[in-house]
Amino acid sequence: MAEWLTDNGLLLGLALLDGLAYAALVFMVAVGLNMVFGVLRIVNVAHGSLFAIGAYTAASVGIFFASLGLPAWASYVALLLAAALVGGILGPLIERLILRRIYGQEEVLQLLVTFALFMILEDVQKLIWGVQPIMQDTPMKFLGTVEVPFGEDTIPFTAYQLFVLPGVAVATLAGLAWFLRRTLTGRVIVAVTTDKEAAMAMGIDAAKVTLLTFTFGAALAALGGALASPTTSLVPGIGAQTIVLSFAVVATAGLGQIEGAAISALMIGLGRSIAVYLAPEFEVVVPYIIMVAVLLVRPQGLFGVLETRRV
Amino acid sequence: MTHAVTRRAAMLGAAATSGSLLLAGGNAGAQQKPAELRVGITTFLSGAASVFGVPAKQAAEMLFEEINKAGGIGGVPVKAFFVDEAPGTDHLVGEYRRLVQNEGVHIIFASISSGSCLACTPLSDEMRKTTLLWDCGTQRIFEEGPHPYAFRTQGYGTPEVLAPLLYLLKHKPDFKTLAVINQDYAWGRDSWEMWKAGMDALKPGVRVVAEMFPRFGATDYSTEVTRLLAARPDVVLSTSWGGDLVTLVRQATERKLFDRSTFVLPVAEASLQTLGRNMASGHIIGARGDHWNNHPKPKDPARLAKFVDSYRAKFNEYPIYPCHHMAQAISAMQAGFAKAIAAKGGAWPNDQELANAFRGLTFDTPTSSITLREDGQGLEDQIVGMSTFTDRFPFAVPKDMVIFPAAMVSTPVGMKSVEWLKTLKPDILAQMAAPIAG
Repeated sequence: MAEWLTDNGLLLGLALLDGLAYAALVFMVAVGLNMVFGVLRIVNVAHGSLFAIGAYTAASVGIFFASLGLPAWASYVALLLAAALVGGILGPLIERLILRRIYGQEEVLQLLVTFALFMILEDVQKLIWGVQPIMQDTPMKFLGTVEVPFGEDTIPFTAYQLFVLPGVAVATLAGLAWFLRRTLTGRVIVAVTTDKEAAMAMGIDAAKVTLLTFTFGAALAALGGALASPTTSLVPGIGAQTIVLSFAVVATAGLGQIEGAAISALMIGLGRSIAVYLAPEFEVVVPYIIMVAVLLVRPQGLFGVLETRRV
Repeated sequence: MTHAVTRRAAMLGAAATSGSLLLAGGNAGAQQKPAELRVGITTFLSGAASVFGVPAKQAAEMLFEEINKAGGIGGVPVKAFFVDEAPGTDHLVGEYRRLVQNEGVHIIFASISSGSCLACTPLSDEMRKTTLLWDCGTQRIFEEGPHPYAFRTQGYGTPEVLAPLLYLLKHKPDFKTLAVINQDYAWGRDSWEMWKAGMDALKPGVRVVAEMFPRFGATDYSTEVTRLLAARPDVVLSTSWGGDLVTLVRQATERKLFDRSTFVLPVAEASLQTLGRNMASGHIIGARGDHWNNHPKPKDPARLAKFVDSYRAKFNEYPIYPCHHMAQAISAMQAGFAKAIAAKGGAWPNDQELANAFRGLTFDTPTSSITLREDGQGLEDQIVGMSTFTDRFPFAVPKDMVIFPAAMVSTPVGMKSVEWLKTLKPDILAQMAAPIAG
């Protein structure tokens, strides 16, 4: 074991750096999905579309800013603006026009409706942005690269990958924890998540809370997409890839668990990265192996709480 | 002229054509010239591969419009029926049958995905419908059995892998280590198997330091790039394409992987426009054929310029290789019908007569001529070169181009590609033409 670690320790160190960045992106999307489920009790398949539209919008706003001759740092404003735009416009629209009609309905119907919405939004993306890959990597290029020592060699990493992605994820986790536990609005959301009927009996406007939560969740998905956009090329289908992985994270964590989402995103991110080094043929399935292993032992997820079924 | 097929239209078509099929009585007897030449085209209209499928559809629409303006084929206007490949092969099989039975298409163009082609060719046998394989690359189609009604109007996987391998062996003969990063699906796996077979035959002893097959449609390659940076292979091979390749190249460029290893990208051409200046110079690039926009000596320069300029004027982008492949299939269709009609003294051919006309057919493309050999496989030359930037294009194009004659890099009829590649001898390098500056 010691010999193996000596041989592979440096590689595992690299895998850790890669896994952190990957986990950060997955967490941003999964935590929004988890919050939305906690309050709305709907598994929103269209969450992946919000990720994709956030990414496309960030690229478009970034390209527009560049065309205005704005400095490179403004591309970071574009990322935040895109998340706010998508969350602020699409979030309320989807919640008011579609989701509100299916609260409390059969889970199959909820899945079908959000899946239909996902398909519609996929086509909307193609109508607006076409099918050719779109790139806008100014935020990544702006910060340049960092040489990480690797034995006698060095490995260049982008500073965006090393610092920005994990940094934003940690800030989001801390901000969410503070918001949900230290602010009145956050506590109201927690109350509705815990027991909607009791919260309503106490005078909480549950409709307003669901609208707020969904808008917030949509903005988180869009922010995840916006943060991913400088590192990847945007093509049709990116939303589908993301939502499947996010479901794995959420299922591993337990539905409704925010810190759990962070930990399972880390497990899945690191597991995938280590697989790329040690057993690349398992890279694709590692997230799902982790999920299945966890669910076999704890069907409610790592941090999920068993609920008594209400009759 | 195109036509979006609705369910209702399909039902009406089914009712109408079921009667006409009964009257037609199969292929026997004289064929009446139809009011329109119906062409069923399967392509990706959604999903990740729509980066190929939609430009190809656009090219087909543009060319059909030109053909119809010029009087059609044999005096018959052409009408296209597009079908999306994205829902999968089960769906496609149903759509193929519907195109033949309900829409009464005269010819089918299938497909981008190799899986789609493998599903459609048995149907062409069963339904006796001439099917032009307009883009898919799997070598298995004609190596696993005859398909009398199927013809591939472009090259295929074997020459598309062998030509870049030969170019690499000539350009960088001293490489000792290699890593592969291909998409995790049939093409990614098959192309690596063929490359490995050829490389082991022509340059035994190359050490493969990493074999990576990330998920098809992956949006992040940073871990793979890190591993490649750590492994420092002399050569990195990737037959990836579309958004996957764009993402890989961008992440690799940003992290200076192109400075450490020589990349071989046999399918790069379709992504170069999107990559712009993000592609590095000095790496080996292919186009799945010879149809580079800067082809050094095209057979018909005026026709190539007209195609490129018309496409650019209409869609504000350069045509990529699926557009050229679509144009090749349309050229083959024109030549095939012309030959079949001439053979019948000006009368309209039936399905069998049409298929007969394609056997051994030679048709012109803007860059060269392609002959459909006896097994149905098209012999298309390959051009491989070294990425560079010129004043003419805002993206990388090849220089030091080598034209590989199709016969030199294609598996002989009756042999299987991997077995043939294992038999290659280094003297094949002596057959390579000198590079053309470009």
